[in-house]
Amino acid sequence: MIDALGSAASSSLICLSCDAPLEPGKIEASYLGQSFPVDLPRCPKCGFVYVSEELASGKMLKVEQALEDK
Amino acid sequence: MDGEQVKAWEALCVEEQPPACVAACPLHVDFRGMAEKIAAGDFVGAFALYARVVPLPAILAHVCDHPCETACRRAEAGGALRIAALERACVEEAYAVLKRAPQRLRRPKSVAIVGVGLAGLTAAHDLAMKGHAVTVFEADATALERLRHFDPAILPPSAIEADLGGLVSLGVEIRCRSRIVGGDGPLGLDRLAENHDAVLLAPGRGRTPAFAPTVALGPDGRVVAAAGSGATSHPKIFAAHVRMSEADPVGGDFADYSPIGSAHDGRRAANTIDRFLQGASLTAARGDEGGHASCLYVEVSAHPPVAPIDPADPAHGYDHAEAIAEAARCFPCRCRECVKACEYLARHGGYPKRYVREIWNNDGIVMGNRKANRMIDGCTLCGLCAEICPNDLSMGEVCLDARRSMVRRGKMPASHHDFALREFAFYRSAEATLARNEPGFAASEVVFFPGCQLAGSDPDAVVAIWSHLRARISGGVGLLLDCCGAPAHWAGRVDLVEEARAAFETEWRRMGRPAVVTACASCLKMLRELHPDVPAESLWTRLAAIGLPEAPPVVSPPLSIHDPCTARHDHATQAAVRAIAAARGLEVRELDGADRTTCCGYGGLSVYADPETADRIVERRIGQSEDDYLAWCAMCRDTFARHGKRTAHLLDFVFPKSDGDDPAGRPDPGLSARRDARLRLKARLLREAWGETVSDDEPIMAIQVPEDVRLDMERKLILVEDVTRTIAEAEASGRRLKDPASGRLIAAHRAGEVTYWVAYEPEGDGFVLRRAWSHRMRVEAKP
Repeated sequence: MIDALGSAASSSLICLSCDAPLEPGKIEASYLGQSFPVDLPRCPKCGFVYVSEELASGKMLKVEQALEDK
Repeated sequence: MDGEQVKAWEALCVEEQPPACVAACPLHVDFRGMAEKIAAGDFVGAFALYARVVPLPAILAHVCDHPCETACRRAEAGGALRIAALERACVEEAYAVLKRAPQRLRRPKSVAIVGVGLAGLTAAHDLAMKGHAVTVFEADATALERLRHFDPAILPPSAIEADLGGLVSLGVEIRCRSRIVGGDGPLGLDRLAENHDAVLLAPGRGRTPAFAPTVALGPDGRVVAAAGSGATSHPKIFAAHVRMSEADPVGGDFADYSPIGSAHDGRRAANTIDRFLQGASLTAARGDEGGHASCLYVEVSAHPPVAPIDPADPAHGYDHAEAIAEAARCFPCRCRECVKACEYLARHGGYPKRYVREIWNNDGIVMGNRKANRMIDGCTLCGLCAEICPNDLSMGEVCLDARRSMVRRGKMPASHHDFALREFAFYRSAEATLARNEPGFAASEVVFFPGCQLAGSDPDAVVAIWSHLRARISGGVGLLLDCCGAPAHWAGRVDLVEEARAAFETEWRRMGRPAVVTACASCLKMLRELHPDVPAESLWTRLAAIGLPEAPPVVSPPLSIHDPCTARHDHATQAAVRAIAAARGLEVRELDGADRTTCCGYGGLSVYADPETADRIVERRIGQSEDDYLAWCAMCRDTFARHGKRTAHLLDFVFPKSDGDDPAGRPDPGLSARRDARLRLKARLLREAWGETVSDDEPIMAIQVPEDVRLDMERKLILVEDVTRTIAEAEASGRRLKDPASGRLIAAHRAGEVTYWVAYEPEGDGFVLRRAWSHRMRVEAKP
């Protein structure tokens, strides 16, 4: 499951609230009562996690569907 | 799901029934499979299929009386397949590859067979293959004496020797000049029974008095044997040539000589003896033995007639190329009528019987992947399969039952119907519903129930219809904007259907139990099912009765008419629709007729759970004619328009909007605009009909959504409302990301079970949306 989501590439996005560039970090992803750790870009100060469109419509969608069919 | 119901559904699908040729053959040779292989040039493969069930392939290929040819359905389209000649061609080309390996039993039993005809040798073959030690006793000097009298041109002696050699290599011992008689003695039946585990009497048909007194004979001189099993008065002795049942006094097996019938007698007897040797029931589950009629449905008319191939050298039979050409005439017999007609059924690679089994298995999974979920939710429930099926099997019924079961057990995938049920909740919400009698009336003679989709797609039409109904019906025409419950029904949500049903009933009673006139075929179907006491009627039959409004003559090219699938059996409404179209001067052409119409993909919520399948269904439908289409369901019309098919709604001609209007060119308004239109319709009606001061809800923030972005959002089921709220919250809270490369701002907002993301840019006083996406998974940074 962790591998399925994969670690997102480091992003060059900036958190405007904190004026800080996003960095890869440990994230907890959860769906339908199951949770698992993944690496995703997030703001090191406020913790705003970024989910790219590619991830949302790709691997994340596949994991969601797999969990729904469990 | 109920297992007995599942079995009943499975039994309705005939696709796995044997084709006519296989059913008619007492040995059930898979000729359909053989023909496919021969046509592909694979004679060895075809021969393997033949020899798998035919014990003496060289002999029977020459002398079989081929009841299969009489049954062949190709007879109705050019002439029956020449099956016997094809089997012979296979044997001649591939007999040399025949290899048979008997089972190895730890304790083989010994079986004596009296008589070396086709029956005795078939039994010998079958029992030897089971691993038993078989000895055959023949009174004549040679085995298969009767067959040696055949014309050698029909049955060459070499064929007899080849098959006899095959039996010997299986370990069968053939003792000729050994006449077995009843009683004791070296060749006595008593002694034979004593020295073997079982004895089969297969001396040919007719009188067999020599076997008395070991076995009892009837008044006709034949061995008395139980119908079906062939058990005689002696516990270890069985007879080969027996009646199939007590009700079969002389027919069937006892009729004229049939080589394949004799072989089958031997096979059945071997089965009996094998059961006897294993201590199993001699009679249980033997219904499939012997030739019978096939109930496989075959649409023969779909195949143009093709005449049989004549061999260039009739004495030699088919050569390789001729056999291939002849085998290619086999259709082959299959049903699959529903699969041919339905993109959904075709997409899953099988046929209903298999699907029902997969769905049943899916339903029973406790731990593991439920692989059939999307198949279950992809069906449009349109009923076309049941219409086509010779046994009326409805996959929609199966899928709906499975959906209800999934909902009950909490196993319905959350994403499949989430959007549709949120739409349903919106259409049923206080902000969108309206239930009022006509101004000035305390009760309604009639209430107009436009249905959610028309109210969202074409609110002007709703206003015009209501106005016309009020002008022509004097007893008060109320208005009821609500949802009939169809989306909840399709989603398997019995609880929500009941909520909608109860709410409707309350309003209907409050309005004085009026007749209900609806513009939506799905609503009408639901109302009739949920409210048997409510007199519900289609707008179209009512319009046909009260007359159309005055309007200038229509100028339109001919239109091909598409009927909504939920009105498949509503012949009165179908007729009214056509009459109204004719009255407006439209030339209407049929596609497949209303009974064979397809779904637009919205039915059964297929478009949400399995959009790819829904797209295929629509693409096939809109490709059926170059004409512009005429629809009379708002959802069908908008769906076709979204796929680029010019489609008009019949209301466009009954209540024309303005001169020069192009009804078929009207674009699909889309999800967001439909929802917005519904709210505005309610506000407009309250203002115009009841004089209330109501203003339209303005969006909380003006967001520009370019057309390409809007279409992308439609596909992703993201509403303008969702992105507006996301941007508004981001701008208020300041929680935004920025992409320095593009300058775009990025924000997210969790609403219910969905997180919406937007990429946008400030422009002027507002914002312009660049991308929108969503996911259901929650993501949180670990502290």
